[in-house]
Amino acid sequence: MRDVAAIGVGMTKWGELWDKSLRTIFAETALLAIDDAGVDRIDSMVVGCMSSGLFVGQEHLGSMLADYLGRVPVPAARVESACSSGGLALRQGFIEVASGMSDIVLVAGVEKMTDVTGCEATYALGTAADQEYEGFHGLTFPGLYAMMAVAHMHKYGTTREQLAMVAVKNHDNGSKNPLAQFPFKVTIDAVLNSVLVADPLRILDCSPITDGAAAVILCPADMAKKMKKRVIRIAGSGQATDTIALSSRKDITWIESTDLAARKALAMAGRKIEDLQLFEVHDCFTIAEIMVTEALGIAEKGRGGRAVEEGLTSLTGKFPVNPSGGLKAKGHPVGATGVAQAVEVIKQLRGEAGERQVKGAKRGLTQNMGGTGGSSVVHVFEAE
Amino acid sequence: MTGIVGYGAYIPRNRIKVEEIAKVWGADAPSYKRGLMLEEKSVPSPDQDTISMSVEASKRALKRAGIDPREIGAVYVGSESHPYAVKPSGTVLAEAIDATPDVHTADLEFACKAGTEGMFVALSLVQAGAVKYGLAVGADTSQGAPGDALEYSAAAGAAAFIFGADGIVAESVATYSYTTDTPDFWRREYQYYPQHGGRFTGDPAYFKHIMGAARGLMARAKMKPGDFDYVVFHQPNGKFPLRVGEMLGFTKKQIEPGWLVPKLGNTYSGSSPLGLTATLDIAKPGQMILVVSYGSGAGSDAFIFKVTKRIDEVRDLAPKTRDLLDDHKNYLEYGVYAKYRRKIRKAE
Repeated sequence: MRDVAAIGVGMTKWGELWDKSLRTIFAETALLAIDDAGVDRIDSMVVGCMSSGLFVGQEHLGSMLADYLGRVPVPAARVESACSSGGLALRQGFIEVASGMSDIVLVAGVEKMTDVTGCEATYALGTAADQEYEGFHGLTFPGLYAMMAVAHMHKYGTTREQLAMVAVKNHDNGSKNPLAQFPFKVTIDAVLNSVLVADPLRILDCSPITDGAAAVILCPADMAKKMKKRVIRIAGSGQATDTIALSSRKDITWIESTDLAARKALAMAGRKIEDLQLFEVHDCFTIAEIMVTEALGIAEKGRGGRAVEEGLTSLTGKFPVNPSGGLKAKGHPVGATGVAQAVEVIKQLRGEAGERQVKGAKRGLTQNMGGTGGSSVVHVFEAE
Repeated sequence: MTGIVGYGAYIPRNRIKVEEIAKVWGADAPSYKRGLMLEEKSVPSPDQDTISMSVEASKRALKRAGIDPREIGAVYVGSESHPYAVKPSGTVLAEAIDATPDVHTADLEFACKAGTEGMFVALSLVQAGAVKYGLAVGADTSQGAPGDALEYSAAAGAAAFIFGADGIVAESVATYSYTTDTPDFWRREYQYYPQHGGRFTGDPAYFKHIMGAARGLMARAKMKPGDFDYVVFHQPNGKFPLRVGEMLGFTKKQIEPGWLVPKLGNTYSGSSPLGLTATLDIAKPGQMILVVSYGSGAGSDAFIFKVTKRIDEVRDLAPKTRDLLDDHKNYLEYGVYAKYRRKIRKAE
């Protein structure tokens, strides 16, 4: 396997982009990444997108997006793994470069979610759950994560306030990210008094519906060095699946797929979790971040709530989690999220994260998750 | 000089509270009340419709105008709930107030700004010298789909204005319209309830058009927010008019007299016109009023009025809008409300 480097990143402002279409959002972002990398060609492209069919009535994205980027006949693939589609796209791009199949690969994620009503968006997102065993019985993602939250609170004593602290922390970080959908702070009281969605989760516990894209350019590390680029190496990549239905899990307070994917990625990188200085994780709901920090080993099992309360995961804590603002404040265009996490870690490792820069960060990790943890993709990045 | 010579309002006595609707749908009433800044809304009785409410409001406008109805050369009814798809509301109104047959009549429809459209046209005809007086009414018995967010706000009411060139109570200083094709809210033929684009009805729709119209008109008139004593915006909920006012640089004090929505709901075509009637009820001679409507689809009509001395002579000739809103209220339970709004299907 060849060493793989990320040499370009692209991202534009996320939000309700009513005046832009999926193809426009993608193309603007991809061009930014190509410019940033300073390359004059791409050999292949992989795009993560969860549900363009349900959101905008468009499939066959590989070809369509290659066309609108002006890059036909380049090989192009669209990959899907629900909300971890972006992370999976990055992994496929990584494999393509590492294997020697392609040299310069554009990895992007995109989702256009606001062309449909809230009900239609909830339905589209719900297809990431087990339709026969969950969806058809009326379960939606807020409902599933609410059950996970209740179980975690019951088993470990995680408090309602600790859930709120995740949102407060991520909005604090997001207030320093000009590309975030909601770049402002919230208070614990605001979270606790926001509209109830699925008890105990309130609207400020939930990541939003977002239009957005993110892009990264990968190439062999040797080529990057010859181009005299700042080399951010993808040192490890891990992926794992779990049962798609929550009811089939041994323990709904534990995200096994993240644990396994992280172990693989860290083993490939030859690192331990303590060796890393920042983490971009999948906080689709506040409880998700608490459970993910436990699965990654940042917090002990059952102590994810306490970790956020004690400031362990804040921007200046020992393990800064979601310096970008996370899905909560930055937004969650589902297929783009995994790639945007990589964009944030790469910017941080280059020292280009502005006000939210984690000082002296040399290594970082991204964790992107589909459904309630039916799939997880973890990557480890290192600045050379 | 042209402007308003008489105005009148009508609000049905029935009300339903946000809590009563939320209870039926298992919704969280406090968050609706906080989020929409709504407490209750007016509900028409089973025998009331856009036409009957238009007649009530117009009779009151005539009392204040003190004119012979046969001198009214134009009658316009703006509504999205005309009782007939084919057959005018305006002819019934014109007949009821004794303005027929020497009169031009039209029904207008432009979501929530059909009322101000009629005002725009009636005023223009007066200014052109084509008619002596023109009557314009904004009236609606709005329908929101059961359980939809709109059900908490869709209300009923009417406001009527007679325009002319003598006996003016509020002089028209300037007008302006701002229109684009923006599909934020619609109802196709044969559909019973309207559909809307959720959050899309906010920034690119309501806020863009109201701000476009308000700024456009103030620029033309070389005026700024501080030059006005009162401002009335379309009121789909309590929050939007306050927020757009703040964005434009108006104070809550300027907005509040015409801000009826927390206790009235959204009367659609009657919304900003009713706000104007409540403002005229308390305005003093020489004061300046800015009115900006909003209709989905989308557009805004904006008017600047300067109140004259005659306001003191006419305001007590007909019921005041705040009194209609606050007095003799009859609270309905959801079941009766559902019957009144014909949401219950009976045997053929």
